[in-house]
Amino acid sequence: MTMLLSISGLTSHYGRIQALAGIDLTVAEGELLALVGANGAGKTTLLRTISGVQPATGGSVRYADRDITRSAPSDRVRLGIAQVPEGRQVFGPLAVEDNLMLGGYTRPKAERAAEMEKVYALFPVLAQRRREPAGTLSGGQQQMLAIGRALMAKPRLLLLDEPSMGLAPLLVEEIFRAIVALKKAGTTIFLVEQNARAALAIADRGYVLETGRIVLHDTGAALLENDKVREAYLGV
Amino acid sequence: MAEFLQFAFSGLTVGAIYALVALGFALIYNASHVINFAQGEFVTIGGMATVALMTGGGLPLLLAIPAAVMITALVGLALEKFAVEPAIGRPGGASVVTIIIITIGASIFIRGVVQVTLGKDFHRLPAFSGEAPIDILGARLQPQSLWVLGVTLLVVAALWWFFGRTRFGKAMLATSHNRLAAQLVGIDTRLVLLASFGLSAALGGLAGILTAPITLTKYDIGIMLGLKGFAAAILGGLGSGPGAIVGGIALGLAEALAAGYISSAYKDAVAFIIILVVLFVRPSGLLGGRSTERV
Ligand SMILES: Nc1ncnc2c1ncn2[C@@H]1O[C@H](COP(=O)(O)OP(=O)(O)OP(=O)(O)O)[C@@H](O)[C@H]1O
Ligand SMILES: [Mg+2]
Repeated sequence: MTMLLSISGLTSHYGRIQALAGIDLTVAEGELLALVGANGAGKTTLLRTISGVQPATGGSVRYADRDITRSAPSDRVRLGIAQVPEGRQVFGPLAVEDNLMLGGYTRPKAERAAEMEKVYALFPVLAQRRREPAGTLSGGQQQMLAIGRALMAKPRLLLLDEPSMGLAPLLVEEIFRAIVALKKAGTTIFLVEQNARAALAIADRGYVLETGRIVLHDTGAALLENDKVREAYLGV
Repeated sequence: MAEFLQFAFSGLTVGAIYALVALGFALIYNASHVINFAQGEFVTIGGMATVALMTGGGLPLLLAIPAAVMITALVGLALEKFAVEPAIGRPGGASVVTIIIITIGASIFIRGVVQVTLGKDFHRLPAFSGEAPIDILGARLQPQSLWVLGVTLLVVAALWWFFGRTRFGKAMLATSHNRLAAQLVGIDTRLVLLASFGLSAALGGLAGILTAPITLTKYDIGIMLGLKGFAAAILGGLGSGPGAIVGGIALGLAEALAAGYISSAYKDAVAFIIILVVLFVRPSGLLGGRSTERV
């Protein structure tokens, strides 16, 4: 299998605090990978380091056969890495449509209208509210907008940071259905979740992160059966 | 009535200048949360460079003005490129306070350079189109006031188009609302910061040129105008474009009315009183209010 993303020995720090203590991880083209871990394990830091908005202090990130460890965030977006950040981070005062347009910032203008129609097909509620400020949307709708905005970049690798956080169960289902649909359409997905059960259930493979280290990795199904995982993350 | 109109004309004129300076503060604040203390020096450079180009370089006013705006913009770009960016780019990055101190240093430096090269005297630019005042309902309106108001209106319209309609304008707006998200969609936020310094300097320079025929210009004119522009920005809501315009006009009118009806001795106090009142009563300013969600 060809690896779209391979990370080796990756470290990252906030000042003197080490948040990533040597991560080794790969994502194959077309797979849905889940990363689970408790609060403060370093999940967000890892995704930010992959996107380049948090500097790596050691190790390397390779994507599509090139070393991007030191690349600018904008170059990584152009190469096809898009992220749905933790806490949605929509541009609150800007209209839904403007948020989506900005998601396609690195794409040629001609492409953007067609991409936007695809996003509206995936999340029809966004089309209804296209002219309204993103800040007025409900939490679930903002999450859809954050996903839609990332899709506007036509990502080959989509990074999702806790997309189910703070959402009602019905909405969580809708978001996860959308993620599965994106995977089926060929997008490689790196899903970070505290909702380990839901994430591992749809994942091809999963990693478990604890205080900046990978402590386990296996197929999603095997991790769901793993005693340590069941005890620590599934509450059984 | 004629008296009031007279005060209103002068208030609007000086208010438009404050608005331009306040817009400069807003641009840089939005891109970086930094208050640029060299904003007033951009005003100085605009006026003084025009004078130098006309008297020293023999350029006609019509050529000296765009050249001076360009020079001011280049100084703004250089300030970002050679002083601010290296500080931010350092491992760990510089804090907002560090960058504010850098801009204070830059303002002292610029003032010094202007003083050494162009002297300490007052200079005057000719009014753009004569000095014969226009009589309106008994009040006298200087033609230069019309230039100030007209050009400010044009600038506001151009900015409105730039931020509302262009790709890069929207990218600058997006960066001000959420820097992290802007980076994640592929906006080069360093370029945004550079552009905001260039644009902000151009606005300041333009303000300095427009006001020079009325208030004269001098190496340290920017200190007071910078402060007034800052007060206007605070009054309107720091970081808000419409707020900067409203704040500038309101401050200009308040000053002119205070000077006219009370005493001109109080004119400069108005700005400081306004800063204090706003900070106590409504720290987000008249049109501000996004500050909580931007943190
Ligand atoms: N800006 C920051 N400054 C200092 N330390 C930070 C910062 N952000 C995160 N950390 C620390 O880095 C570690 C990893 O944090 P991170 O946000 O990556 O964890 P996480 O797995 O995403 O947690 P959560 O599930 O709560 O989102 C934590 O110990 C956290 O306290
Ligand atoms: Mg996190």
